[in-house]
Amino acid sequence: MHTPMNKYELNDSHKKTIKEICESFGNKHGELINILHRTQEKLGYLPEAVQNEIALNLDMPLAKVYGVVSFYSFFTMTPKGKYPISVCLGTACFVRGAERIVETLEEELKIKVGQVTEDGKFSLDCLRCIGACGLAPVILIGDDVHGRLTPDMIKGILKQYK
Amino acid sequence: METVKIKIDNKQLEVPKGTTILQAAKDAGITIPTLCYMNLPHLAKEHKPGSCRVCVVEVKGHKTLVPSCVTKCVDGMEVLTHSLRAINARRTVVELLISDHPKDCLICPSSGSCELQDLAITLGIREIPCVDNAAISTYRKDSSPSLLRDMDKCVMCRSCETVCNEIQTVGALNAIHRGFMSVVAPAFEQDLIDSPCTFCGQCVAVCPTGALTMQDHTFQVIRALADESKFVVVQTAPAVRAALGEEFGYEPGTLVTGKMVAALRALGFDKVLDTDFAADLTIMEEGTELLDRISRHLQGDKDVRLPILTSCCPAWVNFFETNYPDMLDVPSTARSPQQMFGSIAKTYLANKLGVKKEDMVVVSIMPCLAKKYECQRKEFYTDGIPDVDYALSTRELARLIKYGNIDFTSLEDENFDRFMGESTGAAVIFGVTGGVIEAATRTAYEIFTGKTLENVDFHELRGLEGIRQATIDFDGTPIHIGIAHTLGNARKLLDGVRSGMYNFHAIEIMACPGGCIGGAGQPLHRGDSSVLEARMKAIYKEDANKVIRKSHENPEIVTLYEEFLGAPMSEKAHELLHTCYFCHPRK
Repeated sequence: MHTPMNKYELNDSHKKTIKEICESFGNKHGELINILHRTQEKLGYLPEAVQNEIALNLDMPLAKVYGVVSFYSFFTMTPKGKYPISVCLGTACFVRGAERIVETLEEELKIKVGQVTEDGKFSLDCLRCIGACGLAPVILIGDDVHGRLTPDMIKGILKQYK
Repeated sequence: METVKIKIDNKQLEVPKGTTILQAAKDAGITIPTLCYMNLPHLAKEHKPGSCRVCVVEVKGHKTLVPSCVTKCVDGMEVLTHSLRAINARRTVVELLISDHPKDCLICPSSGSCELQDLAITLGIREIPCVDNAAISTYRKDSSPSLLRDMDKCVMCRSCETVCNEIQTVGALNAIHRGFMSVVAPAFEQDLIDSPCTFCGQCVAVCPTGALTMQDHTFQVIRALADESKFVVVQTAPAVRAALGEEFGYEPGTLVTGKMVAALRALGFDKVLDTDFAADLTIMEEGTELLDRISRHLQGDKDVRLPILTSCCPAWVNFFETNYPDMLDVPSTARSPQQMFGSIAKTYLANKLGVKKEDMVVVSIMPCLAKKYECQRKEFYTDGIPDVDYALSTRELARLIKYGNIDFTSLEDENFDRFMGESTGAAVIFGVTGGVIEAATRTAYEIFTGKTLENVDFHELRGLEGIRQATIDFDGTPIHIGIAHTLGNARKLLDGVRSGMYNFHAIEIMACPGGCIGGAGQPLHRGDSSVLEARMKAIYKEDANKVIRKSHENPEIVTLYEEFLGAPMSEKAHELLHTCYFCHPRK
């Protein structure tokens, strides 16, 4: 699990991590997307304080950083679960019943898309096409791909994650 | 110069290589409608995202229509700007833009000055095939003391973003989210008041629709005028008289000082006075502070901080409080003329007229939107009463005159009331970039050297160049002066001072292009730099016409010090005419 973070205030170790990431990309404005990727990978998500710290390090407007974060659906401002679940809603998955998969996951986990379970174990999100259309419909749990799904398979799959 | 030959609407043209179709057409007197395109030649900034597609034209041999703002002329090109195909496409584009746009034009603050509305009229759009039933805006209210944001009316031209980031380097606005959800907003879609916004309002000046507008205080003023228990005093900033006429059909650069005074009197103000008087007062305080710091510096005092920075511009004050918290002791502590006027009006003048302070309402007419924020700053309240109650923009004054059913053009010229209506040429030029420092120089020179300044025109301090430097000979002592207008140029200049690249005694900064004449409260000029030049000429003309052209020779100023303040920088002057700055680090 990632170190818990206050949404609005960062401790020195978080600040140091962000500074190092920015420096590793030469503090270049053009590297903002890479910096955000790496930061999210390290800290789990990109709350206000993290974006502000990145803006200060790169000496660029916070509005610009938030502009990028809010544009790409990959970036998240809310913490993710231990096992983040992403349901593909690309064309192929969609026509093969991805919507019913989402509904089943919502019922099983008792959360809505964009939320985290109370125990912090699972979070649920949707994305567009992961390029595994042959396996449609597909979900990602962490880095694992589960394909050719039907709603009745969901319960068993979730059980594999402790 | 390499040129290309093209035909636009059957007109044979030869244009420099690299010219866009839009520019070539414009030069040939052919108008192609635009929406997201913005050209600010005086700032060397052309904003052409090519996203609205309103300017599409037909090029013979091309399968598709092309956006003329981003398509360059090619030898032999034949362009039709108003073919049926082009017109139909343009109409569709505008219909789609309007489809989810609120339909409350009748009560929109931008009604009558909206480019989208103009397009709908010129393209003859009378019905919208695909209507989203957006009757009125539902965007949450982002209402700051100066500006209003209503993102339901945004057409995503992103001109505001360009001005905020590239011209002003403030960085308060950016496009956020994507697709239908995307809007221009501060980070986390917070309110402007919580963002690094300086309230310079230049975003309002370039917004083609009602998405970004100014806070309107006209009805508060009408109510005050109707209240018989109130004594309502008005002050008018120097730049207003050089632009107000444009709202009534006068050529840009027409001075309407006399008519403006007559109109204000007709509206019922009890005293029509002049911010120019307070500008002269500012020079007394700021000039003395400047001389004090320079003299101490020349005597080898290591504690003295130079250069001294002017502090008349409220957007500039907001900018350095946010971006240069380490330099808060560098700007002059002198309040702006608007605030000096307010504090003298509610003390000395109220007393002189036998009016109770709480019964006096001070209204200012400003070319500026940041002034609305400035007069609401807590340090400019005395015993819970603001020194200046309402700051109206030049455009609001024009509205007020129209509401009052006053036929502006037929008014006879009138003069300002006394006391606080007398001013000098030095005060008038506060309205243009370089003017404050020129006015300060006129007074500082005479005090410093003890000699009479014969030629008061310092041409080396004038002009529209973004950053200017000059050295003035104070009878053997060279005084180095820096001038910047727009906040982007201010940043460049200040960073240069920090790094040791520049070495100035004094710096003047104004946030708006051209200074106050280009303020966001002025009649909109839509990037026509000739308007700014004309206003600038008018200001210098008003200066040249004045009998007295040095602030310290203003007889009312002399009286004020004799009867009330004592001397510049006295304890009383400090209490009423100076201020301090606060650190607002960037969020």
